[in-house]
Amino acid sequence: MTGFKLLLRRILPQLITLALVVGLISIMFPGFFEISLANGRLYGSPVDIFNRGAPVALLAIGMTLVIATGGIDLSVGAVMAICGAVAAWGITEGYGLLPTLLMALAAGLACGLWNGLLVAFLGIQPIVATLILMVAGRGIAQLITEGAILTFNHEGMIFFGSGSLLTVPTPIIIAILTGALVTLIVRRSALGMLIEAIGINFRASTLAGVNTRVLLVAVYMTSGLCAALAGIIAAADIRGADANNAGLWLELDAILAVVIGGTSLLGGRFSLIASLIGALIIQAVNTGILLSGFPPEFNLIIKAVIILIILVLQSPRVRTVLAFLSTARADAAGQEKKVVEP
Amino acid sequence: MNSRLLPLLATLVIFLAAYAVCYAQYPAMLSTRVIGNLLTDNAFLGIVAVGMTFVIISGGIDLSVGSVIAFSGVFIAVMLRDTGLHPLAVFAALLVLTTLFGAAMGGVIHYLEMPPFIVTLAGMFLARGMAYVLSIDSVPITHEFYEVLQRSYWLMPGKGRLTLIGGMMLVVFLAGIMLAHRTRFGTNVYAVGGGVQTARLMGVPVGRTTVGIYALSGFLAGLAGIVFSIYTSAGYSLATVGVELDAIAAVVIGGTLLTGGSGFVAGTLIGVLIMGLIQTYIIFDGTLSSWWTKILIGMLLFAFIVLQKGLVWTSGKRRAAGG
Repeated sequence: MTGFKLLLRRILPQLITLALVVGLISIMFPGFFEISLANGRLYGSPVDIFNRGAPVALLAIGMTLVIATGGIDLSVGAVMAICGAVAAWGITEGYGLLPTLLMALAAGLACGLWNGLLVAFLGIQPIVATLILMVAGRGIAQLITEGAILTFNHEGMIFFGSGSLLTVPTPIIIAILTGALVTLIVRRSALGMLIEAIGINFRASTLAGVNTRVLLVAVYMTSGLCAALAGIIAAADIRGADANNAGLWLELDAILAVVIGGTSLLGGRFSLIASLIGALIIQAVNTGILLSGFPPEFNLIIKAVIILIILVLQSPRVRTVLAFLSTARADAAGQEKKVVEP
Repeated sequence: MNSRLLPLLATLVIFLAAYAVCYAQYPAMLSTRVIGNLLTDNAFLGIVAVGMTFVIISGGIDLSVGSVIAFSGVFIAVMLRDTGLHPLAVFAALLVLTTLFGAAMGGVIHYLEMPPFIVTLAGMFLARGMAYVLSIDSVPITHEFYEVLQRSYWLMPGKGRLTLIGGMMLVVFLAGIMLAHRTRFGTNVYAVGGGVQTARLMGVPVGRTTVGIYALSGFLAGLAGIVFSIYTSAGYSLATVGVELDAIAAVVIGGTLLTGGSGFVAGTLIGVLIMGLIQTYIIFDGTLSSWWTKILIGMLLFAFIVLQKGLVWTSGKRRAAGG
C-alpha cells in the first residue's frame, strides 16, 4: 500500500499535466472522448493518442534506462530507420514473417551493442558515441533499401502497424507489454537499483563490485531493441521503409518524454511509468493541436515552452530557492505556533 | 603541447591524403574551380561550425543552429516581401535577434544550471517553430541587392570563382582564430572548457563567458542564415535540418575534444573541407550513391573519437608516470 502511495506521489505531477492537457483539449473539442468500435477495432481520439504515441513510448522505455545510467542515446531514430529497412527488406525478399522480425530485432540489438561497447569499453561520452550512429545510421538504412522507399503488402507485417488484437490496436499492446516486461525485470530484481547506482556514481559502483561495463552494454542493447520494435511499427504503419524520414527527430521526443517524466538527465533515480506518461503527454499535445484547429506550426513552439517550464522547475537553483522558501515558511509557521502556545 | 597539436595534424594529413587520392583519380579536382565551389557550397556550414567550435571548446553543445539558419532565411524572405526595408537593415535586425536568442540560451544554461544539450534542444524547437509561424511555404527572395551579392566574386587564377559567401567564410574563420588565440575572451573559453570550478577559482567570469559563447554561436548562426539565403535565394522553414550534426561532426573531425578545453578553429575549417571533399568526390565518381557520404562521415567521426581517446589516455598515463 505504501509502495503504491509512493508511486502515485512520484507520478502525480505527470498525471496532473496529462489531465490538464486532456482537459484543455476536451474544452476546445467537445467530441474528444467519443470512442467507437468499427471493424473489430477501437477508434477515437484517446485511442489515437495511445496508438500514435506508441513508438515514442517504446523509445522512451529504452531511453529512460540509458538516461538513468547518466548517458543518452541519440541514435534511436536512426536505429528505427535501420530496423524498419531490415524488416521491409526481409519481407520483400520473402524470408517469411518470423525470420524477418528476428532479423530486425537483431539489427536493433547489434546497434545497441555497438553504442554500448563504445560507451562502456572505450569510455567515449554517450552523447558522442551515439552521435556516430545517428549520423551514419540513416546512410546504412539507405544502403539496405538502396535509396528507394521499400514498400510491402504482407498482411502479417502490416498487422504490427495497423492491426488490432481484441479491439486494441497492436502498437498499444506492444508498447504496454514492453513497458510491463522491462519494469518487471528492473524492479523485481536488483537491476534497476544497479542502473541507478551507475548513474549516480560510475566509479563507486564499479568499486562496489557492480559489473558496470556489462550492465551498460545491456542497457544500450535494451534501447536498441526498443528502437527496433518502434521501427517495425513505424514501417508496418506506412507499409514501407522510408530511410530518410522514419523516426526522424523521434530521439528528441523520446528524451523529452523522459525529461517530462521527471528522470534527471544527470542520471540516477528513474521511473519508467512516468516516462510513458511523458510520451502520452507529448502525443496528447500533438493530437490536441491538430484537433483544436490551431495551426500545426505552433506545435514546436508549444513543445519548446513546455520544455522550458520543466527545465525551470527541475533546475537545481530554482529548487534551492523553492526549498528555502518552503523551509522559511515552515519556520515562520513553527514560530507562530510557539508564540501562540505559551 | 605536442599531443594537443596531434589531432590537428592528423586531420591535416587525412585531408591532404584524401585530396591526393582524389587528384590521382580526377586531376581536375585540384583546379581552382573545384576549390572555389568547395568553399561556396560549404560556406554556411563553415560559418556555423566556427560558432560550434567555441561552444564545444567550452564543454557545451548547441543543437539550435540548424533551426536558427532556417529561421533566418524565412525571416529575411518574409521581411523583404512584406516591408520595403533594405536587405542590409533586415540583416542587422536579424543578427541582433539571433545574438539575443543565443545569449538567452547561454543565460538559461548558466543561471539555471541546466545541461546545454536540453536547453539548446528547446531553442531548436523554438527557432524552427518560429520559422513555421512566419511561413510554411518556401518564400523566394527577389531583390536586386541579392543579385548584386550573388554576382560578386573574385576570379582566381585558373578561372575559379571565389564567391562573396565563400570569402566571407574564410574571413569568419580568420576572425575566429584571432578571437580564440589572441583575446581574453578566447582564453576564458578554453578555461571554462578545462573545468568550470578551476576557471572560477582563477577569476574567469564564467557567467559572462558562457552567455558570450552562446551569443557568438547565435550570431554566427544568423550570419550563416544570411549566407544560406544568398546561396539559395529563398527562405524555407524546412531547410537545413540536421546542419547542427554536420557542424558538430566537422568540429570533431577538426580535432576539437568534445569534452572541452582543447581544440582549434583552424581544424574545424579542415573538418568542413574534408566533408565537402567527400561530397565532391561522390559527385565526380557518379556511381557512388549519396548515402555513402553519411556512412563515410560516420566512420571518420568514429576514427577521430577513438584517436582522441587514445591521445587523452596516453597523455594521462605520461602525466601519471611523470608526477
